[in-house]
Amino acid sequence: MATTSQAGAVTDVPQAPGAAAADEPLIQLLDEHGELHADEKFSAYVEDVDAEQLRGIYRDMALTRRFDVEATALQRQGQLALWVPCRGQEAAQIGSGRATRPGDYIFPTYREHGVAWTRQVDFAEMLRIFRGVSNGGWDPRENNFHMYTMVLAAQVPHATGYAMGINHDQADWDAERRAAEGDAVVAYFGDGASSEGDVHESMVFAASFDAPIVFFCQNNQWAISVPFEVQSKVPLATRAAGYGFEGLRVDGNDVLACLAATRYALEHARRGDGPVFIEAVTYRMSAHTTADDPTKYRASAEEQEWEPKDPVARLETYLRASGAGDDAFFEQVAADADEMAAGVRAKAFTFPDPVLEDSFNNVYAEAHPLIREESEWFRQYDAGFADNHTGGAR
Amino acid sequence: MTTMTIAKAINAGLRRSLESDEKSLLIGEDIGRLGGVYRITDGLMADFGTRRVIDSPLAESGIIGTCIGMALRGYRPVAEIQFDGFVFPGFNQITTQLAKMRARSEGRLTVPVVVRIPYGGGIGSIEHHSESPEALFAHTAGLRIITPSNAQDAYWMIQQAIECDDPVIVFEPKRRYWLKGEVDTERPALDPFKAQVVREGHHATIVAYGPLVPVALAAADAAEEDGYSVEVVDLRSISPIDFDTVIASVEKTGRLIVTHEAPTFGGIGGEIASRVSERAFLSLEAPVLRVGGFHMPYPVAKVEEDYLPGIDKLLEALDRLFTY
Ligand SMILES: Cc1ncc(C[n+]2csc(CCOP(=O)(O)OP(=O)(O)O)c2C)c(N)n1
Ligand SMILES: [Mg+2]
Repeated sequence: MATTSQAGAVTDVPQAPGAAAADEPLIQLLDEHGELHADEKFSAYVEDVDAEQLRGIYRDMALTRRFDVEATALQRQGQLALWVPCRGQEAAQIGSGRATRPGDYIFPTYREHGVAWTRQVDFAEMLRIFRGVSNGGWDPRENNFHMYTMVLAAQVPHATGYAMGINHDQADWDAERRAAEGDAVVAYFGDGASSEGDVHESMVFAASFDAPIVFFCQNNQWAISVPFEVQSKVPLATRAAGYGFEGLRVDGNDVLACLAATRYALEHARRGDGPVFIEAVTYRMSAHTTADDPTKYRASAEEQEWEPKDPVARLETYLRASGAGDDAFFEQVAADADEMAAGVRAKAFTFPDPVLEDSFNNVYAEAHPLIREESEWFRQYDAGFADNHTGGAR
Repeated sequence: MTTMTIAKAINAGLRRSLESDEKSLLIGEDIGRLGGVYRITDGLMADFGTRRVIDSPLAESGIIGTCIGMALRGYRPVAEIQFDGFVFPGFNQITTQLAKMRARSEGRLTVPVVVRIPYGGGIGSIEHHSESPEALFAHTAGLRIITPSNAQDAYWMIQQAIECDDPVIVFEPKRRYWLKGEVDTERPALDPFKAQVVREGHHATIVAYGPLVPVALAAADAAEEDGYSVEVVDLRSISPIDFDTVIASVEKTGRLIVTHEAPTFGGIGGEIASRVSERAFLSLEAPVLRVGGFHMPYPVAKVEEDYLPGIDKLLEALDRLFTY
C-alpha cells in the first residue's frame, strides 16, 4: 500500500475501495466451480480427507443450513425473538470447527452455529438465547465451546487469556508433546468487530506472549449495513504482520481451504510458535438478523454475484463430479436434515420458561444479603397475585 | 402542531440542527445508509451527505474519542450508540475524557459532544439490548444527562443538547420510539434540565423518567379509581436533577415514589430520596419508596415483565405509602 518515493518519504498509493483486497492472494483448494487445486503449502493439511470424510463435511454443512432455515422460520412464527442467520458461512464454520481437537477451547461471537455443531452442541440448544429463556444456552465446559458473546469483540481478549493459561500449563512440555497433546484456542469474530480496540489489544498480548491462539475472522463483507471498506483499506490478514505473526487470507467459501488453513494455524499455535490470524473471505447471504432489511443498503446484484460461490453447492458439485456422492447420498442428507429440523422445532417448544428466582440465584456464587432481600420481596409480591394472575405480575 | 412518534421527532430535531448549525454532524454505526437500526437518522445521510452523517467503523471508543477530537476542532458531533449495552467500549472516553476535558483545561476547552443512547427494556430482546445504565454516567461530574418521555420533548431536547456547550448524554426510551404525541415546532422549548409536573395530584408523587412516565401516569389513573390523587413528575433531566420541582411536589403531597428501570441499588432513586429527606423531611408522611429494577443483570426476555417496574408494582408501593 505504501511505497517509498525517491525522496524517501512514504506516500500513499490511492486505491479504490476493495481493490487491494481483490488482488491479495487467497488460499483456495476447491474453487467455485467445484474443481480441486493443489497448493504447495496447504494441500498437505487435507491429505487425509477421503470420500467418507468429505461426505461427513458436506453433511455438517447441509445440516447447518437446514437448521438455519428452520430457526428463521421459527422466528417468523413468533417462536424466537430474533434469529442470526449463518447462511453462506457454512464452509468457514465447518472447516475451521472440524480442525479443532476436543481439548481446544473455542470462543465464538453469535453467528457460529456451524462451529457449535462441530463441537457437538445440540442445534436446539442454540435457540435458547434467541427464545429469551437463557443468556447462555449451553454448558460451555461440556464441549469446550464458550457461550455466544453479544458485545462485539469482548470475547477476543478472553480467548487470548485462556491461551496464555494454556502456555503456563504446558510450559515444561517440548514441542513434540505440545503438538501431540497440547491445547489451543480459536477466537471467532467478524469484519466489523475487527475494528474494536479489544481485537487490537488481544493481538498485542497474543504476540507478546506467543499465546496458542488462532484468530479466525469471518469477513462476510458486512457489519449490518456497513461494508467492509469502512473497517479496513487493506485485507485484514495483512494486519497480522504489524503485530508480528502470520496472517492467512483464505477463501471462506471453500471448506477444504478453511480446514487446511485452520489445521495449519492450530498446529503452529499448539507447538508454541504463537498466534496465527486467519481471514476467511466469505459472504453473509442472508440479512444481518431477522430484524434487518438488507435491501436498504446493499444491491441485489452483489448478492447475485456471491450466489454462484455458495459453499454448500460448491462441495456438492465436487462430490458428484468426483463420484464421492450420488443422488442417494444427497437424498439421505436432505431427509436427515428435515428430521433434525423437526426435532429442533419440537424441542424448542419444550424449553421450560425461566423464573426470576433463577436470575437472582445466578448473580453471585456466595450468599448475598441484597439478593436475599430482593428475591424474598419479589416472592411475596408475586404470591399476592396467585389468585388472579396467569403470566406474572406487572 | 403536528403529530409525530418519538422516533420521528428526534429525526426532525436532528434535521433542524443539521440545517441550522453547519458545525453539527452525526456519527455512529449504521446511521447513514441504513438510517440507524431504529431509523432515527433515516434520510439524513441522503440529504446532508456523508460528511455530516457518518457511518463509522465498528468501534465505540473510536466513535466517542473522535467526537471529542472533532469538538476540539470546533464541531458539534452527535454520536449514536446502537444500544445501551454497547456503550461500554466507549465508557473510558466518556468518563475520563469527555466529562473532564473542561475541568482539566481549567475552563479553556469545551467539548460539546452529544451521545445518543437508546435505552431500557420491555422489548423482548436478547442480552445487552435492554439496559438502563444512566446511574453509571450520572455519577460522573461533567456530563449532563437528559431523557425525553414524549415527542415534544424528544424534538426539542435533542436540539438543546446539540446547542449546549457541555457534553450531553441523551438517553432515548427505545420502547417508546413509536409513541405518538403532539409536537409544537414553534413553541419555545422548556429548559431541558428542568423537571415537569405532567399530572397534578395531592396524595402522593411519583417521579419517573423516560420509558416509565406513561407507566406512572397509568398507575396514577388506576389509583384515582380508588380515590387517590397522584401527582406525576417527569424528571426529564437526570444530571442535573431539578430538585426544586421534586421538593415542591413532595411538600404538597407528603409522599414520594421514585421509579426507574435501572436497578434500585445505587440508582437515581436513592439520590432523590436522600435529597428529599434532607430538604423536605418534615413534609413526609411516609418514607420515600423506590420502585426499580433488581440487583441482577437485566434478565432474559421471558421474565422481564417480572423485573420491570409496572403499574402493579407502583400500586403496591402506593398502598404501602397510604397504609404507613
Ligand atoms: C460492542 C458492540 N457494538 C455494537 C453492537 C451492535 N451490532 C451487533 S452486530 C453488529 C455488526 C457486526 O458485524 P461483524 O463484526 O462483521 O459480524 P457479522 O454480524 O457480520 O457476523 C453490530 C454493530 C454490538 N453487538 N456490540
Ligand atoms: Mg461481518
